[in-house]
Amino acid sequence: MSDSLQQKIQEICQSSNNDRVRMMDIVQGVQKELGCVSSEAMSIIAKATKSHHVEVESVVSFYSFLSKEQKGKTVIRLCNDTVDRMKGCEKVAEALSSELGIGFSETTADGKITLEYTPCIGMCDQAPAALINDVVAPSLTVEKVKEIVQNLKKDADPSKLSLGIGDGNNVDSLVRSAVKNNILKTGDVIFTDNESGKGLENALALKPEEVVEAVKVSKLRGRGGAGFPTGLKWQFTRSAEGKEKFVICNADEGEPGTFKDRVLLTEKFDLLFEGMTIAGYAIGAATGILYLRGEYVYLKKFLEAKLQERRDQGLLGDSIKGKDGFNFDIRIQSGSGAYICGEESALISSCEGLRGDPKTRPPFPAQKGYLASPTSVNNVETLCSATRILEKGSDWFLSIGSRESSGTKVLSISGYCKNPGIYEVPFGTKVFDLLKEVGAEDAKAVLVAGPSGQFIAPNEFSRVICFSDLGTGGAIIVFGPKCDLLKAVHEYMEFFVEESCGYCTPCRVGNVLLKKKLEEIMEGNGQPADLDYLQSLGESVKKSSRCGLGQTSPNPILTTLKNFKPLYEALVKVSEDGMQPTFDIRAALGDAEQAAERKSVLYTD
Amino acid sequence: MSEKMITFKIDGVEIKAKVGQTIMQAADEAGVYIPRLCYLKDLTPHGSCRVCTVKVNGRCQTACTEPAVDGAEVENKTEEIEGIRRDIVDMLFVEGNHFCMFCEKSGNCELQAEAYRLSICAPKFPYLFPARDLDGTHPDIFIDRNRCILCGRCVNASRDVDGKTVFEFVGRGSEKKVAVNADANLGDTNMAITDKAADVCPVGAIIKKRVGFAVPVGKRIYDEKPIGSDIEAKS
Ligand SMILES: Cc1cc2nc3c(=O)[nH]c(=O)nc-3n(C[C@H](O)[C@H](O)[C@H](O)COP(=O)(O)O)c2cc1C
Ligand code: SF4
Ligand code: SF4
Ligand code: FES
Repeated sequence: MSDSLQQKIQEICQSSNNDRVRMMDIVQGVQKELGCVSSEAMSIIAKATKSHHVEVESVVSFYSFLSKEQKGKTVIRLCNDTVDRMKGCEKVAEALSSELGIGFSETTADGKITLEYTPCIGMCDQAPAALINDVVAPSLTVEKVKEIVQNLKKDADPSKLSLGIGDGNNVDSLVRSAVKNNILKTGDVIFTDNESGKGLENALALKPEEVVEAVKVSKLRGRGGAGFPTGLKWQFTRSAEGKEKFVICNADEGEPGTFKDRVLLTEKFDLLFEGMTIAGYAIGAATGILYLRGEYVYLKKFLEAKLQERRDQGLLGDSIKGKDGFNFDIRIQSGSGAYICGEESALISSCEGLRGDPKTRPPFPAQKGYLASPTSVNNVETLCSATRILEKGSDWFLSIGSRESSGTKVLSISGYCKNPGIYEVPFGTKVFDLLKEVGAEDAKAVLVAGPSGQFIAPNEFSRVICFSDLGTGGAIIVFGPKCDLLKAVHEYMEFFVEESCGYCTPCRVGNVLLKKKLEEIMEGNGQPADLDYLQSLGESVKKSSRCGLGQTSPNPILTTLKNFKPLYEALVKVSEDGMQPTFDIRAALGDAEQAAERKSVLYTD
Repeated sequence: MSEKMITFKIDGVEIKAKVGQTIMQAADEAGVYIPRLCYLKDLTPHGSCRVCTVKVNGRCQTACTEPAVDGAEVENKTEEIEGIRRDIVDMLFVEGNHFCMFCEKSGNCELQAEAYRLSICAPKFPYLFPARDLDGTHPDIFIDRNRCILCGRCVNASRDVDGKTVFEFVGRGSEKKVAVNADANLGDTNMAITDKAADVCPVGAIIKKRVGFAVPVGKRIYDEKPIGSDIEAKS
């Protein structure tokens, strides 16, 4: 490695104060500069940050956007999520491959362009889509990708591509993205006019514990999927012992089919930053971190500018709004392609510059989170809702939605439907009403809450979106009459296998075994007993896995076994010769027959 | 006794525990054996293998990390829990390449011993036959990743006890593996035979050279008595 490169790496470390807690920023910086984090680079980083080579390697090897091997200057990551496949991603993939003359996971001979697949990038409403370095290329067609490749061959800089221009703040000079918001239904809480700053002003007029109380009374529950009561989480964090406390906003949005946080970040950043500030005041934190998924890095400059505006207005920094002793600021931490980092304790590990392994619980993040200090991790939409609660009052919030599920839910609806996009609905909305609205009344199945949720059949379309029935972080994926559901189930199992952190046995191995058995069945080699095998193995994985990923990953299989069993039953058959259908006796005898120079007399062709 | 004591039940039997103890620690002291693989007494418990899964008031938790709480009902030796444990031990067998009949750890191997204790004769899951690498570069210590069950003991021991960080995990999901603090080889690290990390591997993945058959097969730890007998002898 040249001296100037070595120096460059040292400078990158230096710009993060050689702080190993900022390892993510460091390795992201090096990846960008070198196109890889080579073993040599790891040694330099380890030396600068006083860590070990193997620790740096441990981090780099965990995240899919980081690599030890050299990547091209431009990396095209085509999203191969199930929704993208419904929308023709396979044809786009072929076109990319033939235009570039390489397969996926390969780099062109001149070392310029790498082609890869990536799971859901939060663009299901404009699928098929790809990431070209940090640039989002939505609504791809065969013609479009041909043009893109030709232009990239001339100029490797993807920001110079003409991909069209989106709407809303996507046209802002700091975003300049072709992404569209697709806000198709506005509601009373989030996508509505609000009095900016009022929520924070009201909060600061209260004592911190009164702010917590207001959120408790509003019955606000987490919008990230798990639905934990937000007020209670703030209370635990507030009362936990610790010199410092932290607010972390979870903008990792990795659940396939979810893209609502993308739109909230683009259009409702003020509600969000105000909510984080209110949370900081309520729990007694001076620092907030926005964990922005690597796929949304195209929004980073814009969001940073918005944070700066808030600092300039005295809404962040010391003595916010003149309130003595209330100091709070926010930094952005970007991720690097790992679904598991949406899990709150894994997200904290990632913020600490570690592999995205979830942490052992107890202690919970509210007791010991970021850098072992009490930490409240909240979803983007949760924090936006909190701002509105402080602005308009808990009673107002309670008057929206259903009895135990107050407020609205912002849904990301995509797949087989005429109008994919963002829908803000009050809790208590029925699935078939949603289907009518998106133009998918003949749906055959709906996947509620993404692959970690459940597949439901038409006889259940009268069920409602709320915490006591169909809870969801926001993903609603619709499957049409001609969709091959089992193929989708298989793709989702592939996703979980790919995204498991590998820390615990049942999730690391069990998901591979589930996927293999499903493949056998889909190939026509399954027996009726295999359905019990799937059921029992799936239950074991759910019960014994260490975190929410493994505790839900068998759901695509288990919920289709429950609600679409005939699909499986049509494929399995009782073996006629008493052998396992996967066992091919003729093939197994091949070698022996050749050696003996005669055919078996028992097992003939 | 000055320490505050609490009482809970394992399979209906009353167990006393000190405040702050895990279910595993309390059970060990009371002579109740809970199967385990990644847990080792002097290392920080981290709940990765999940073999010690028990049900605490109806919810699955790992005994090695879960604090004992007053009045809890813990299920340990039920059909459901043993079924889960069998599945997990099975998974660990098929995930790697375990040729027990000619592994020098046979008889001293905790994975094998747990399998026997759980009455597993052959795994019910299909073998995955992964390609894993060996590392014989160190003069005194040999790594055979075919047998590694990713328990993390070596990682923790080297970091927390030896203060060396010779080992760490790289990769994620089914690609996860133990790596060493060098470009590639254990021989290029500062690992020493006297390190705690050389002593903790439950299987035959980290083994000391030249002592493999000092004790003949048939006379080894678990040839004599099932794993956990020492703990059960206390009750
Ligand atoms: C595998 C996995 C992925 C998750 N991804 C996200 C995510 O992308 N965004 C999110 O807000 N919560 C996600 N969660 C839930 C978080 O762990 C956590 O519950 C949430 O951030 C808490 O915020 P809330 O209470 O405001 O919902 C995920 C959980 C798991 C197990
Ligand atoms: S359940 Fe999966 S993702 Fe969660 S800790 Fe275990 S291996 Fe990691
Ligand atoms: S080498 Fe041994 S101690 Fe280390 S993780 Fe593998 S099985 Fe555990
Ligand atoms: S011994 Fe408890 S999880 Fe491994």
